[in-house]
Amino acid sequence: MILRKSNNLGKYPGKLIAVEGLDGSGKSTQIYLVKRWLELEGYRVFFTEWNSSILVKKSTSKGKRRQLLTPTTFSLIHATDFADRYERQILPLLRAGHIVLADRYLFTALARDAVRGVDRDWVKELYSFAVHPDITFYFRVPLEVSLNRILEGRPTLKYHEAGLDMGWSTDPYESFRMFQGKVHEEYEKMAGPFGFTLVDATEEIHQQQAKVRQFIREKIDLPTFRRRLCR
Amino acid sequence: MPLTARPFFGRPLPEMGDRQFSGKLFAIEGADGSGRSTQIAQLSAWLEAEGYAVRHMGLRRSNLVAEELEDAKQGNILTHTTLSLFYATDFFDQLVHEIIPALRAGLIVLADRYIYTLMARAIVRGAEREWTRNLYSPALLPDAIFYFRVGARQLVERNFQKNPTLDYWESGMDMGLSQDMFDSFIKYQSMIASEFQRMAKDHAFTVINANLRVETIQRDLRRQIGPLLGIPSTLKKAK
Repeated sequence: MILRKSNNLGKYPGKLIAVEGLDGSGKSTQIYLVKRWLELEGYRVFFTEWNSSILVKKSTSKGKRRQLLTPTTFSLIHATDFADRYERQILPLLRAGHIVLADRYLFTALARDAVRGVDRDWVKELYSFAVHPDITFYFRVPLEVSLNRILEGRPTLKYHEAGLDMGWSTDPYESFRMFQGKVHEEYEKMAGPFGFTLVDATEEIHQQQAKVRQFIREKIDLPTFRRRLCR
Repeated sequence: MPLTARPFFGRPLPEMGDRQFSGKLFAIEGADGSGRSTQIAQLSAWLEAEGYAVRHMGLRRSNLVAEELEDAKQGNILTHTTLSLFYATDFFDQLVHEIIPALRAGLIVLADRYIYTLMARAIVRGAEREWTRNLYSPALLPDAIFYFRVGARQLVERNFQKNPTLDYWESGMDMGLSQDMFDSFIKYQSMIASEFQRMAKDHAFTVINANLRVETIQRDLRRQIGPLLGIPSTLKKAK
């Protein structure tokens, strides 16, 4: 059996930590700091980010560039990307006893696909082969704050990022606001059922990081992940 | 042809508005060497002679991922879940951009393989039936599905008539069933065939004995497709 459901996957010695949140919530900065911390402390750690499988990337960028993607194929191509990283990196590393850090995990797909009108149960079942993280940090930020962070700094928005494919508005900024607003609602709905660990993303970066590290220390027996010395 | 509301395999496709189509969709399933292409070519000629516009679809023909899927196949570097999802992406891209517009325009779409082949391949590679069914649940149900059945031994012979070597994927060599290609081919094709047999019951396939003569099979196909389109010559015979 290859495509086992996550719930009968069995035990693996590694730990999976994911970060989720809106664009502009600061989650990538936070997970980067976690990675640096764990590396410098000498733990076995691996970092993976959303939408980064080399094999699938060519198709994804072509689809986005030529605006070929529809809600269903957008969903499927991201699932393909995820499956490739999951089967070749995430799962083997978890089985080999690593701490795997994921900048966005399947919850990103659940949120975005639902906003695009794709059936939630369909997407959930699509991703049922994947284990759920040991910790999912949800960087929670008021919609206006994240919008300001993004819109101030980066005036050209990408087509899909702004949700322009939905045709809600021809103005990229207005479309982005609407899209992010809906994604925000999806995250808020998922937080409870999926057991997200909430982080107040309006606090200062180092304060958030201190809380995140403290939580990881409490939840994971870090010394068991110390890198083994090669003889 | 009258408009008919089209059913989905499981759940509606989110990007589809109006479900009323006048076109018809026929799926032909079967292994390489089962005679699909020959029959499809003859069916198209007949339909065009009768005045119907025909569109073809098949696997790995989407604008979106066909090229990348071919690359991935050559290198055999994708794992099974990834490959299943990649094929599904290819399928739904064609469904949305080609099949649905063609059906809306009233064309006859002949699918040289459809979701059932993709499902069978995934399942024999260990995918859960439930997962696979869900994956393809937003696909359109064809008006008829024809499964060309050929015994594994017979298939070997037909494949060697066409090519000097057996195809890597059609032999299921990625599954590690056997290092011996002939052995692997027989085992793999038997697994696929029994999955099809199982699906034939669940999904109302018309099973075609593909060992019969080309003309006999063609006559049978026309006899079944013709009445669905209201082609007079086949209606008379149906009586």
